[in-house]
Amino acid sequence: MTILVIAEHDNSELKGATLNTLAAAAAIGGDVHVLVAGQGCGAVAETAASAAGVSKVLVAESAALEHQLGEAMGDLVARIGSEYSHILAPATTTGKDFLPRAAALLDVNMMSDVIGVESADTFARPIYAGNAIATYQTSDAIKILTVRTTAFDAVAAEGGSAAIEAIEASDSAITEFVSEELAESDRPELTAAPIVISGGRGLQNGDNFTMLYQLADKLGAAVGASRAAVDAGFVPNDLQVGQTGKIVAPGLYVAVGISGAIQHLAGMKDSKVIVAINKDEEAPIFQVADYGLVADLFEAVPELEKLV
Amino acid sequence: MKVLVAVKRVIDYNVKVRVKADNSDVDLANVKMAMNPFCEIAVEEAVRLKEKGVASEIVVVSIGPKVAQEQIRTALALGADRGILVETDATLESLSVAKVLKAVVEKEQPQLVLMGKQTIDSDNNQTGQMLGALTGMPQGTFASEVAVDGDKAVVTREVDGGLRKVSMNLPAIVTTDLRLNEPRYASLPNIMKAKRKPLEMTSPADLGVEMTNSQTLVRVTPPAERQPGVKVASVEELVDKLKNEAKVL
Repeated sequence: MTILVIAEHDNSELKGATLNTLAAAAAIGGDVHVLVAGQGCGAVAETAASAAGVSKVLVAESAALEHQLGEAMGDLVARIGSEYSHILAPATTTGKDFLPRAAALLDVNMMSDVIGVESADTFARPIYAGNAIATYQTSDAIKILTVRTTAFDAVAAEGGSAAIEAIEASDSAITEFVSEELAESDRPELTAAPIVISGGRGLQNGDNFTMLYQLADKLGAAVGASRAAVDAGFVPNDLQVGQTGKIVAPGLYVAVGISGAIQHLAGMKDSKVIVAINKDEEAPIFQVADYGLVADLFEAVPELEKLV
Repeated sequence: MKVLVAVKRVIDYNVKVRVKADNSDVDLANVKMAMNPFCEIAVEEAVRLKEKGVASEIVVVSIGPKVAQEQIRTALALGADRGILVETDATLESLSVAKVLKAVVEKEQPQLVLMGKQTIDSDNNQTGQMLGALTGMPQGTFASEVAVDGDKAVVTREVDGGLRKVSMNLPAIVTTDLRLNEPRYASLPNIMKAKRKPLEMTSPADLGVEMTNSQTLVRVTPPAERQPGVKVASVEELVDKLKNEAKVL
């Protein structure tokens, strides 16, 4: 049994999500290969080769793969995929884009957002916005999964010494990359931050999020938001935590002015410690919070910033 | 330009699902059903393309039980021109659904296929990409903006770090994300008019597709409940608890 894990990276850095996905591969058990597909991504391959449990790193480089567009990635993974018993990618927007494409080319179904490995063919995943957990057994010849990274503790980044092998990569692309606007920030990435401070509709406007940024900077935290805050235009969508946004599971999650709609809870309820600050003591967020503070956030947040 | 929109009948967005006592599945008996919200966004986008004069005809297709006609009628009331129901009572898995849609695409020859990025029942987020693979069409997934210009589409995609723009030749597949648009409500006259719009009934067999299943549902369980916590009286007490009890600060 050999498992292929597709690396998440930006051509210069291997993303942590890859290490969580490798943990899911380890739970299945077997030889583990990592595919690094991109352009000028040699350093990423070196990093992947030293991750624990990896026996081989395949590197595919071409202009068409530079931005890991779904079509080129899908073709590549399908081309080499029939050699493997399992193919895993992190359930990021990149993995979700190309992996179903590869699965269809290999004529198999796939499983999205896997949160548990029961055996080599039986996996758990959330359905209905996380309101139920379904366990499926698959009879597909190749088991293809995207992995919810917060559900698996990362393997060690060091300790391995896998062989690196270059493989052929096609240069044809049917979509063209135009541009990218990525949020520039010195703060930790939302899905990898040890502490997340999130704001909701209670913040009333985008300017008031400054308060959360100040608190976050003092704590080395990332800032998130509820869908209500995003829909109201307070902050951009890439801050959204929830079933339709990002899934986070930090050590400490502070929900400020967030009522706690089910779709928001789906994105953060696996956090280790949850704090809720809300002036409405009936807000559903208090039902999942370890520590609840019924208070006016405009007084509580500045005070909290002073005390931490 | 012909636009094909795929829609699915799912549990209503506002209903909280419950797991059956024997853990065999979720309980959908007597639950309100509706069009998947991401599919509504796809229908709305198609209607806007028609209003702009970019789309000439909107065909809406659904795969599912006979009652899924209701969701097709909803799409017709929102502005789609005609409907196709591929009737089946089979358990729907993404690959079979993508194969049925491929057969519909071959028959209808749309220039653009619009679909939701995922359905809120199985939350798979797979079918659009699979249809792309099977038809060889390019895909713009998780779209927050779609600009059609001649035989090209430029799609702005919601990606983890922000936004990414990709350009592709038509025909293409676009899957919708939440911020693409805000769907309208159907007016009563349009609901009445929709009843007279054509709705073709067909089946997977008619389209030459066999509905297969490779995933067996072993069990469904409710998610782990969090133990209710405590209320603190002040910010000082909160900071004290976080430092000394939870030890996270």
